Amino acid sequence: MEKAVYGPVASYVRLLPLRAGAAARGALRVLSSWFCRAIWLCISVLLLTGAGARAQQASQQVTGQPVTGQPVPWQIGLQPPVTDVARSAQDFHNLLLWITGGVVVLVTVLLIVVIVRFNERANPSPARFTHNTWLEVTWTVVPILVLAVIAVPSFRLLRAQLIIPPSDITVKVTGHQWYWNYEYPAEQGGFTFDSVYVPDDDLTGEQPRLLAVDNEVVLPVDSTVRLQVTAADVIHGFAVPSFGIKIDAIPGRLNETWFRADREGIYYGQCSLICGQNHAYMPIAIRIVSAEQYAAWREEAKARFTAAGD
Amino acid sequence: MASAMKAQPGGGDASPRDSYPKGWRRWLLSTNHKDIGTLYLLFSLCAGLVGGGLSLLMRIELQYPDLQIFANGQIFNVVVTAHGLIMLFFVVMPALIGGFGNWFVPIMIGAPEMAFPRLNSISFWLLVVAFWLLIISLFVPGAPGSLGFGGGWAAYPPLSVAGHPGPAFDFAIFALHLAGASSIIGAINFITTILNMRAPGMTLHKMPLFAWSMLVTAFLLLISLPVLAGAITMLLTDRNFGTAFFDPSGGGDPVLYQHLFWFFGHPEVYIMILPAFGIISHIVSTFARKPIFGYLGMAYAMVAIGAVGFVVWAHHMYTVGLSLDTQRYFVFATMVIAVPTGIKVFSWIATMWGGSIRFTAPMIWALGFIFLFVVGGVTGVVLANAGIDRELHNTYYVVAHFHYVLSLGAVFAIFAAWYYWFPKMFGYMVPEWIGKLHFWLAFVSANVLFFPMHFLGLAGMPRHYVDYPDAYWGWHFVASLGSYAFACSLLVFFYGIWVAYARKARAPDNPWGEGATTLEWTLSSPPPYHQFQKLPRIPAAGS
Repeated sequence: MEKAVYGPVASYVRLLPLRAGAAARGALRVLSSWFCRAIWLCISVLLLTGAGARAQQASQQVTGQPVTGQPVPWQIGLQPPVTDVARSAQDFHNLLLWITGGVVVLVTVLLIVVIVRFNERANPSPARFTHNTWLEVTWTVVPILVLAVIAVPSFRLLRAQLIIPPSDITVKVTGHQWYWNYEYPAEQGGFTFDSVYVPDDDLTGEQPRLLAVDNEVVLPVDSTVRLQVTAADVIHGFAVPSFGIKIDAIPGRLNETWFRADREGIYYGQCSLICGQNHAYMPIAIRIVSAEQYAAWREEAKARFTAAGD
Repeated sequence: MASAMKAQPGGGDASPRDSYPKGWRRWLLSTNHKDIGTLYLLFSLCAGLVGGGLSLLMRIELQYPDLQIFANGQIFNVVVTAHGLIMLFFVVMPALIGGFGNWFVPIMIGAPEMAFPRLNSISFWLLVVAFWLLIISLFVPGAPGSLGFGGGWAAYPPLSVAGHPGPAFDFAIFALHLAGASSIIGAINFITTILNMRAPGMTLHKMPLFAWSMLVTAFLLLISLPVLAGAITMLLTDRNFGTAFFDPSGGGDPVLYQHLFWFFGHPEVYIMILPAFGIISHIVSTFARKPIFGYLGMAYAMVAIGAVGFVVWAHHMYTVGLSLDTQRYFVFATMVIAVPTGIKVFSWIATMWGGSIRFTAPMIWALGFIFLFVVGGVTGVVLANAGIDRELHNTYYVVAHFHYVLSLGAVFAIFAAWYYWFPKMFGYMVPEWIGKLHFWLAFVSANVLFFPMHFLGLAGMPRHYVDYPDAYWGWHFVASLGSYAFACSLLVFFYGIWVAYARKARAPDNPWGEGATTLEWTLSSPPPYHQFQKLPRIPAAGS
């Protein structure tokens, strides 16, 4: 990669006229080489995005720390996935990153070649050609093939997301201005509670600002959870990046999505559709625990929220 | 003017028609396509300062976590909404279509004027009224207890109906109605002009690509804007007359509005980028001193982009609960657009290939456009895939994507066109170094501003947030610094205008040499008040 990155720049500098030209010509040379550098910087960063995300994910897995589904400072990739769907989405994104990065590199290399070889000093008399059938067919057909390569995993991922498998637990989520309400069905205890963000002054310990809530949703690990999502007033957006889910909460509709988290931890999300003044203040927090812990929590929650409800 | 007239093909003496109103009458009562084009450009510049100023407020707010300058999220949302609407309807569209379109479509096709000069006039003045309605909407009650409409530029109900009981959004609806009417009138004018007023010998297949791009754009406007008008009229009656088109408690459906809105909204983004495509083709061809490569492919790629642009709208709606088959279709259709877009990019490069490029200010702006548009385009391919869009929808990744194609695409094309046609429009030269300095400042700062937004979006940062978890601070801080630098680059832009008018270095008829082959370069700089009193003849043979 290093060689490819610096090769064209080096060759460009070599091609530049070495004799001291007019001041304007010198300025142009500096500007042009900066043009290359700026472009290459952008591409390198783009490509590193995928590598960085991978490294981040790997380091978390190696250290064995419990995964926390929340952003980290200077993060440049997706949040660590803990469902098969989110993992597929991340793999798909990394594939796209290589393809799109490749397209950007290709166009950039072509632009640099054009700048170096076909400027008025290097090529004083322009060609006059305006057609090349073979070339035009190529740059129509090749993109179609590339898109076909993208389409296969894309459609596979789409099926995985939208075909909901038989579920172990169903939870109903209702968006309100500006908090979330969660409803557990009768066989899971039949209770309901509101989940409101924790104001800055009340934050304790590890609670992240604008992500922590007073009542977390608690669900068991390795269970297929079906979410039924709606809203009471305006449209909200229910999203948990680590699960790879995002579904609009729309008044008058009952949207469905699902996840099966395979690692215990606390996973945060945020309202993802503009819903008024406190749009930024209605986070989502889902704690994934073992089956035993879930059973204990369920009993405790049933007592707490049923009493509060009555 | 006398010397100017000599430059016209076919000559023609100064005639009585060359007399024209002077002073304020020339501008306020103008029916002249060039004067109206200038008015559009000035208007766009003023609106751009307002819209850009709003974006600076947003970046100041987002520079650090917690609230900085806004009292609450609603005021922030009002600013976001106004920024979006102003930049789309009152900056980019007026500059590209009303400004450069008005100025150069008639000249490029060898026509003396637009087909309907008075419609042209009302089209401009409606836009001015629309802009003031939108500004007024910022200062009247909207959501309970606050001023202005803060529901995003897409204005989804129920937030735009029950969520904003005050009259602010009604003002905004009327602003969009008038801006839409203005654009529809303009579109009719362009279509009629292009189809009926081409000079003898100027067949459609010889027409310059900028005129082609405006023809396609005009059709997109004509077909999509009535749908927007209908959708926002239904919002108006839902708000004020008890209808329930989008209210589920009355049997309506909020998602219906989204379908209608995006049926307009997606063609709208091509409305903003197609004229840019046309402009870039001319600049690339001019400074490479080489004819456009694959002219017919370029023209019909724009037609294809326009046509397919009408059947991809629901890729903005992957998270509303569309069925699997529906999402499959919209993924497929959306990715198809990458093919004609690729043809455009590769044809620009092939136009330069073998050329003899002079790196003037407009040319480096055009090169910058091509690179940045490709970056914005490939993230569009990413977002086209519903599977990954589910993670990125409504995050800063989307913000980065559409600013790369609009703020770094369309706006860079506007500046490229500005430096390309400034000598022609106003008769004075802007020193080259100013245009180049402006470019480098804008190129670097805009990337510093928008590239980190990809990272924020991948990490999960949602849009329309006045405040964010502390982990997102770093890239927000970088983006804010970029936005201040971008604002500074505009000082160079204004300095360039000042220098042009202070030094008054006369522009020759054709400052760009043999590569500039379209008809505007055969006229004087600036062109006479009425051009082509004898129509130019386009030779039948050759290209």
